Amino acid sequence: MTEPDVTASRRRLIGDGLGIMVSAGGFGLVYGLAARAAGFSPLEAGAMSVIVFAGAAQFAAVGYVLGGFSWLGIVVLTAFLNARHVLYAAALLPYFAGSSRPVRAVAAHLLTDEAFALAIAHFRRIGRLDMRGYWWAAFGATFVPWNVATIVGVLVGGQIPEPSRFGLDVIFPAAMAGLALGLITGRREVIAALVGVVVAVGVSLAWDPAAGIIAGGLLGPLVGLGVPESASEQA
Amino acid sequence: MTTELVGLALLMGLVTYPWRALPLLAPGIDRIPAGVLAYLRLVGPAMLAALASVGVAISLDADRHPSFHVGAEWLAVLLCGFVVWRFRNLLVGLVLAAGLLAVLRATGVAPLP
Repeated sequence: MTEPDVTASRRRLIGDGLGIMVSAGGFGLVYGLAARAAGFSPLEAGAMSVIVFAGAAQFAAVGYVLGGFSWLGIVVLTAFLNARHVLYAAALLPYFAGSSRPVRAVAAHLLTDEAFALAIAHFRRIGRLDMRGYWWAAFGATFVPWNVATIVGVLVGGQIPEPSRFGLDVIFPAAMAGLALGLITGRREVIAALVGVVVAVGVSLAWDPAAGIIAGGLLGPLVGLGVPESASEQA
Repeated sequence: MTTELVGLALLMGLVTYPWRALPLLAPGIDRIPAGVLAYLRLVGPAMLAALASVGVAISLDADRHPSFHVGAEWLAVLLCGFVVWRFRNLLVGLVLAAGLLAVLRATGVAPLP
C-alpha cells in the first residue's frame, strides 16, 4: 500500500467519521435528556459517558435505575450487554499486534460499535494498523462528541419543565427498540428478541418489571440458540 | 448535585473494560467457546427488546402494581423501529418518535402520562 493510498483511505475515514460524529453528538444529546429525566445529575450522566462509554448500556442503565434495580443487577446486565465488545477487540488484534501495551490499553477503552466500524474498514483498506486513523475514529469522531453532547443534553434537560409534553419520555423505549433492531443480523437475533419481549412482558405482569427484563434478556438468547443459523449468518 | 451514581458508573466501567481489553492485552483469552460467544451475541438484541417492551407496554400504579398499557407511545416506538429498519438511522427515528408523540399529545389525541 503506497502513501497516497493511505492518504486516500484516511480521507475517506475522516468523511465517514464526520457522519458518525453527528450521530454520536445527536444520540449523546438524547442520552443526556433521558438521563436527566431519570434523575441523573450532570456529574453522574457525564461519569457514565466517560467511564462506561457504551451507548446501549448507558441507555439501559437509565431504565434500570428508573426500574429500581439493585446495583448488582445493573452491573451483571451491563456485563452481558457489553460482552459483544470482545468480538470487536479480537477482530482488531491482528492489526494491534505490533503496538505497545499502554497504547492497546487506552485504545481498548475507546472501542465502541462506531469506532470498530470505522477502524476495521480503514485498516482493511490499507492492510495495516494506523493509530492516527484509530484515534480519529474512536476519540475524535465518537468519544468527544458523545461526552460533550451528554453534558449539553443533561443541562438542557434540566431546563425543560414537562419533558413528556415534548414526547421525551418515549425516547428511552424507542432507543432500546432501535438499538435492538440495529443488532439484528439474522433470524436467531429476531427469535431471541421476540422471545425476550414475550417473556419480559409476561413476567412483568405476573411478577415484577425488573424481573421481566432480566428473564427476557437471558431466556430469549437460549431460545434463539435453538434456531438454525441462516445462510448469511453461517457465512 | 448528586454523585451516588458515579459509583455505579465505575462498577459498570469495571465490567465493560475487560471485554474490550483482554483480547488486545492478553491474546488467546478471546478463545471463548463458540456456544458461549453465540449466546452472548444474542443477549444484546434480546435484552434491549425486553427493555423497550417493558418500557412501553407496562405501567405501574401508585403501589407499583404492573398493568398492560396500550397507547400512542406504541406508535412512536414502531415509527422509530421502522426508520431504523428502513434507513438505518436511529437518531432520526428518535426525533420522529418524540415529535409524533408530542403532536398527538398537543392535539389531544393522546393524553399526557
